[in-house]
Order: sequence, then structure tokens, then C-alpha cells
Amino acid sequence: MTIIFERIKTAIGPEMAGPGLAFVAVVLVFGIASPQFLSAATFGSVAFQLPELGLLTLAMLLPILTGGLNLAITFTANLAGLTLAWVLKANGGADAGFDIFLVGSLLAVMVGAASGIVMGLVIAFTRAHPILVSLSMMIFLRGLGEFLTRGGDISGFPAFVGVIGHGSVAGIPVPLIVFVVCVLAWHLLLGRTKLGFNTYMIGSNLDATRYSGINTRKAIVLVYTLSGIMCAIAGIIMLARFNSVRIGHGESYLLITVLACFLGGVNPFGGFGRVIPVFVALVVLQLLSSGLNLVGANQHLATAVWGILLVGVMILRWVVSRIKISIVRRGS
Amino acid sequence: MGLDSMHQSASAASTDKPLLSLRNINMNFGGVKALKNVSFDVRPGEVHCLAGENGCGKSTLIKVITGVYRPAEGAVIEYEGETYSHMSPVTAQDRGIQVIWQDLALFPEMTVAENIAFHEVLGGWPRLVDYGRMRRIAVDALARLGVTLDVDLPLKEYAIAQRQIVAIARALVGEAKLVFMDEPTASLTQSETDHLLEIVRSLSASGVAVVFVSHRLAEVLEISSRITVLRDGALVGVYPAAGMTQSKITELMTGKTFDQHVRARPRDDQPVVLDVRGLTRPGQFEDISLTVRRGETVGITGLLGAGRTELALALFGMLKPVSGTISIDGREVRFGSNREAIAAGVAYLSEDRLSLGLIQPQPIADNLVIASLRKILSGGLLSEDRKRSLVSRWIADLGVKIGHQADAISTLSGGNQQRVAIAKWLATDPKLLILDSPTVGVDVGARAGIFDIVAKLAESGLAIILISDEVPEVYFNADRVLHMAQGRIVGTYDPRQSRLEEIEAAVYA
Repeated sequence: MTIIFERIKTAIGPEMAGPGLAFVAVVLVFGIASPQFLSAATFGSVAFQLPELGLLTLAMLLPILTGGLNLAITFTANLAGLTLAWVLKANGGADAGFDIFLVGSLLAVMVGAASGIVMGLVIAFTRAHPILVSLSMMIFLRGLGEFLTRGGDISGFPAFVGVIGHGSVAGIPVPLIVFVVCVLAWHLLLGRTKLGFNTYMIGSNLDATRYSGINTRKAIVLVYTLSGIMCAIAGIIMLARFNSVRIGHGESYLLITVLACFLGGVNPFGGFGRVIPVFVALVVLQLLSSGLNLVGANQHLATAVWGILLVGVMILRWVVSRIKISIVRRGS
Repeated sequence: MGLDSMHQSASAASTDKPLLSLRNINMNFGGVKALKNVSFDVRPGEVHCLAGENGCGKSTLIKVITGVYRPAEGAVIEYEGETYSHMSPVTAQDRGIQVIWQDLALFPEMTVAENIAFHEVLGGWPRLVDYGRMRRIAVDALARLGVTLDVDLPLKEYAIAQRQIVAIARALVGEAKLVFMDEPTASLTQSETDHLLEIVRSLSASGVAVVFVSHRLAEVLEISSRITVLRDGALVGVYPAAGMTQSKITELMTGKTFDQHVRARPRDDQPVVLDVRGLTRPGQFEDISLTVRRGETVGITGLLGAGRTELALALFGMLKPVSGTISIDGREVRFGSNREAIAAGVAYLSEDRLSLGLIQPQPIADNLVIASLRKILSGGLLSEDRKRSLVSRWIADLGVKIGHQADAISTLSGGNQQRVAIAKWLATDPKLLILDSPTVGVDVGARAGIFDIVAKLAESGLAIILISDEVPEVYFNADRVLHMAQGRIVGTYDPRQSRLEEIEAAVYA
């Protein structure tokens, strides 16, 4: 019995408290404020908007867990999208077949991976700060992208691309399916693989991890490569959603992905954090903006409320930890 | 010099009214009684040692005296003839009570002068920093200690021993009358320690009372005139240092008796596991040849900086030797990384448990399995069940006291952490286990437990290299003792034939 309880406790983890409470609060507040909130329409809009931010957040999560950061996520996604767009345009544009789309997607993933490998190698071997390395990569990719597109939009894709961005399978939006599959993949990666284990250990103490016989350089390169691949998947979904590619699409998501990780209980210095609480945190952010939309608030105000929510959660977490400490002191 | 200096410091302590006197000190944290009716007094200009195992209440007592904690009702604190029911940090500092914590609380990026004098030159109007005055204060304070350092260099340019001196200098700037030193020699070599003890003596001679907290009982006996022993938050007693012995203090601290005997026994009939010939890495170690047999414990001692750790790291594949050979079980090996060394059966327990040996914030279980992850794989994925059972087995085998496997390793005591660190390496099925200073930061009582484990491992056939700068540790626990100095092996001793004093004289010369 206690073993089962312990298992549930470890499966949920202490990180779940913040996003879990926020989820309940948002559903309650908007459920009362607006009768339309608890409807299929709300969940439909959340389901379509969630994946873009969500995939980029997954891309941000791994580097943060190692104690790093990947500031190049949005432009890596753009460049990957651009690669796919280029393959489609070069092979018939609106008439391109699905096989061309697959080839293009594969190339896009390779571009994303390449961006990650380069950053990972530089970070692992020079031990330069990930913020500086990924910032350099971000500026490089933005410049490269703007040079290639001359700052314009690229559009005119086959019709099935729109289906990927807006269609549903058995009532579930395709982007959401892609996102959920990626969440589960990350969950498995972090919880059950050696790389995931090493990611947490590196985040807490890189040198001690190296002294324990872990190939920390390889792990760091892999982490940034996987981050780049996840950016590419986000880039492909963004292409399908907007039916176009433009350098700078989704740029405003960059810092929100960092905050979504923290809202999901990820330690900003690395070493601790789980995927599922981050997923719930993302759902909360989307529900919040949909809810505000429903009660007639300005779209820009929604972003401001996100900021307030995040600060609120940080304060709440501090209060909870104070209470815990006083309980422990009294208890023992 | 030991006896001589003991008399000196004993005579320096006067027997007039105490400078500080505490009565009825009780301190409760929740339901835990950290201090039980403790009394304590310090005479002007004496060197007084506060002894006890970790968690016995030493730090709590210091924090009561310096005003960090407020003791329970009924406490009486008399300092320089005035009576207080509790201190405040400001009063304590104003009245000349200073503490040098083990972590020193210095600013590595700032200059020596800034570290020593920033407190003095802050405040006042205009709020500008007078760098000239700052330098003068710093130079004066260092001169009082008979030390010259470049006060304009950032502190991080100096080694830990000099930083310790900077911390003492800072304490002196505030016109200290009573200085607490928390484990000041923990990371110093013998000659640095001797220098520090010299400074403590001159402080005492100039009328400053010093309360010394240290694990190293030899220096406690050498420097102090009186010893206050605490155990489990209660006062065991106050004893004059003259006539005390290390084993007697240990008994008082732990409430147990330990008999130390030479464990060495012949292992010449066993096959050679490690065979090192002419191993050289210029500037770190040179022309090292040694063998370790199955079931044999080879002790390596010598001062810090003698190249012991560098040699160990070379055997562990983390430093590349320039010339010479390493053979394991008769096969020559060249390690490109510590992963290859681990695969070949070499394990290395780091001397720096806090930052290299264990990953402090992470769970006990994860720290234990990190070097042997392949053992908990099931179908290519890590298995929680396998991890739990592997960890449970080792925890039971090595008698580690833990709450829950998922607790952070930092919640354990030094001795229990070290047991987990040993288990982590045993889980890799090593042939050769290198223990680099395995008792650093481990209580006296728990040290015996660690060496019992080492003896059992040797009995089971493991080849062990035991590195320590405390000669008695290798003398009593190794089958052979190698003395390293300036990167070379300069002496080999058999504990059954040599006397401890003989080896100590050679090492500390």
C-alpha cells in the first residue's frame, strides 16, 4: 500500500503542486465568470494553439535541465520551416506531393539537429556559457534567414499542408497529436533513459557527473541536438498552421517558453523538473488566454496576465516552502 | 615541538575572571533539543577548544554566543562583566566577538584589501570608498599576523591557506577580543597548519581569546589550554589539555572506546592486480612504480601537493601520464577517459566529496547508481524497481542510515555520505578501489566505521589504495605505507616493522 502511494507521489512529484493549483484556479474562475468557458469551443482553440508554444517549450526544457538555455529555438524553428518550404517550392509548390513533404520535413529536422549539434559541441568543449553560445546561434540564424527570404513571407503550399495545421483525426487536432506524442517521448527520455538521467545529473553538478564516469560532453551535444530537432518539429507545425514561413514567426514565444518551464516547476539552475507539470503549465497558460478572450479582454492584456500568473506562482511556491519548513521544524 | 608549545599556550591562559561565561543554555528547534543546559566559559587570552562530533551542538553554541540564535528562557550570558539573557549579532560584533566560519565567507573576486577592510571603510559620510585607507588597514592587519600578501590582488589568486589568513585579518580589524575558528585547518597542509597555529598562539599572547573547533585532535591538543567536550547537545566536561590524549578525547566525544591496532598483514602470496612502472607526468608525479595485490591495502601519504591526487587521477584515466606503464591483471592499459578505467575495474573515490564525489542536491539513490547505470537497465530503459532493489541492497550492506532513497544526498551526515560514495563505486564491480582522503569531513566515530568497511573489502579480495595526509590513518589501516613527496615515492614502510612516529617524522619533516 505504501509502495503504491510512494509511486504515485514520485510519478506526480512536488513540481506538480504549482501548475496543478493554477489549473484548478483558472478552470474555476473562468468557469464561473463565463458560461461558455467549459465548452468544446474553448478546448478546441486551446488544442490548436497549445502545440506551437508547447513544442518550443519542450525544446527549451532539455537545455534548462542541464543548467543551460537555448535562445535559438524560435529561429531554429524558422530555419527548419524555411528548409521545408524551399523543398516544397522547388518541387512543384502547390502541386508538390506528400512524399516531397516527407523529404522536406526530414531535411528540416536535419537542419534543426545541425543547429543543435553546433551549439552542443561549442558548449561541451569550450564550456562557454550556453546563453552566449545560443545567443550567437540565434543572431546567426536570424541573419541567415532574413538574407535568404529578404524578410518576406514564403507561401503557396499544397492543400494537405493546411490539413496538417488545421485538420483533426477522430476529433483530435493533428498538431495536438504531434505535440502529445512529443510530450510522451520527452517524458520517456527524461524518466527512463540514461541520457535523461545524465541530463539531470549534469544540471546539478557537471564535474561530479564526469568523475562518475559519465560522458558529459556526449550528453550535452545530444541534449542540444534533441532540442534542435524539437525546434524543427515546431517549425514544421508552424508552417502548416500559418500556411507560410516568415523569419521571426513565433519570436515572442522565446521567453514565454522559459517561463512556462519555471511555471512547471523546473529549477532555473538545472537538475530538477519534469515534463508532465510543464505540460499542465502550458495548458494553464492557453486556458488563461482563451478565458480572457471569452470575457472580452484585449489579447495583449492576456500576455500581461501571464506575467502576473507567473510571478504569483513564484510567490506561492515560496510561501508553501516556508510553511513546509515550519511544519518540519514543529514535527521533528 | 608539541610538548613545548603546549606549556606555552597553557601558561598564556590566565586564571582570572572569565571573559565570557554561559550558564543554563538551552536551545530547542521544534521538538529537538540542540543544547541541553550547557555551560561554557572562556578566559581572556586563552586558546579553548570546543570538541564534539557533527551535530553535537558546537555550531549552535557558537551561534548563541554570536547572537544568531536566541536561547530559551533562563539563559545567562556574562561577557566582560555584563550580563545578557541573549546576544544580538550587532552587540556581539561591537563587543569584539568574531567568528571565522569554515567556508570563510569571503569574496573571491574582490581584492585582499577589500576583503579585509570593507567593513571598516563603509558607513560614514560621504558614502565614498577611501581605497588608500582600506589598503593601510589591510596591510596593518596582515602585519599583525606577520604575513605579507599583495593586498591589491583578487583573493581568488591565493590558495586556501592564505584566504584563511585573510579571514583572520578581517576579524582582527574589528578589534576582536574573542575569536571563534570553525575547522580552520580542514583544508590546510601540515606546514600551513603549523603556520596557522603559530598565528593563533601570537593572537593568544596579545590577549585575544581563541575558541578553536577542529576535527584534528592532534592539533587540538597542541594548541589549546582547555577543552570543552559536547555530546548530543549536552556538556560532557571541561578538561585541561595537559594530560589529555587523542583517544581519550575521542572516547569523551563519542561515548565509545576505540582501540586502534595495526591491521597490516602479509599479502605477498596474492596475485598482482595493479602494476605501475615509471609513471611520470612532469611537475605532478615522476617515476612512480608500485604494485597492489589482491586483497592488499596500500597506503599513500604525504603532504597536500605531493602529487597523490594527480597520481590517483592518472590511474583513473583522468590525467594522461607522459611516460611509464599501468598494468591491470598483467595487461597493460592506456585509458582515454575515466569510463575506460571504470570498465577495466578501477574506481576512484574523490577527496572532494562536496563538489566532485557526490551530486549533493540529487537523490541518494541516483548518486548510488550513477556509475553503474547499465545494471538497472531493463529492455534498454532504466528500471525504477531495479534501481530501488540495488540501492536497498547496498544501503543494507554498508549500514548506511537514510530516511528515504529519494532524499537529497546532502541531507546525510558526512559518514553516511561517504558510505554511499563507496557503495557507488562498489556497484561498478571494481578490482582496484582508490580511496582519496576518505575521512575528510567525517566524524571521528564514523571514521572507524569507514575503515571497518575498507578492511572487509580487502578481506573479500579487493585491491585498495588508501590516500591520506593523516599518517595514522594509513599506518593503522594499510598493509604497506608509501610516502610521496614532490611527486616521487620517497619511502616505503611496513607498519608491522616501523613505528608511527618514525613515519610521521619523515612525512612532516
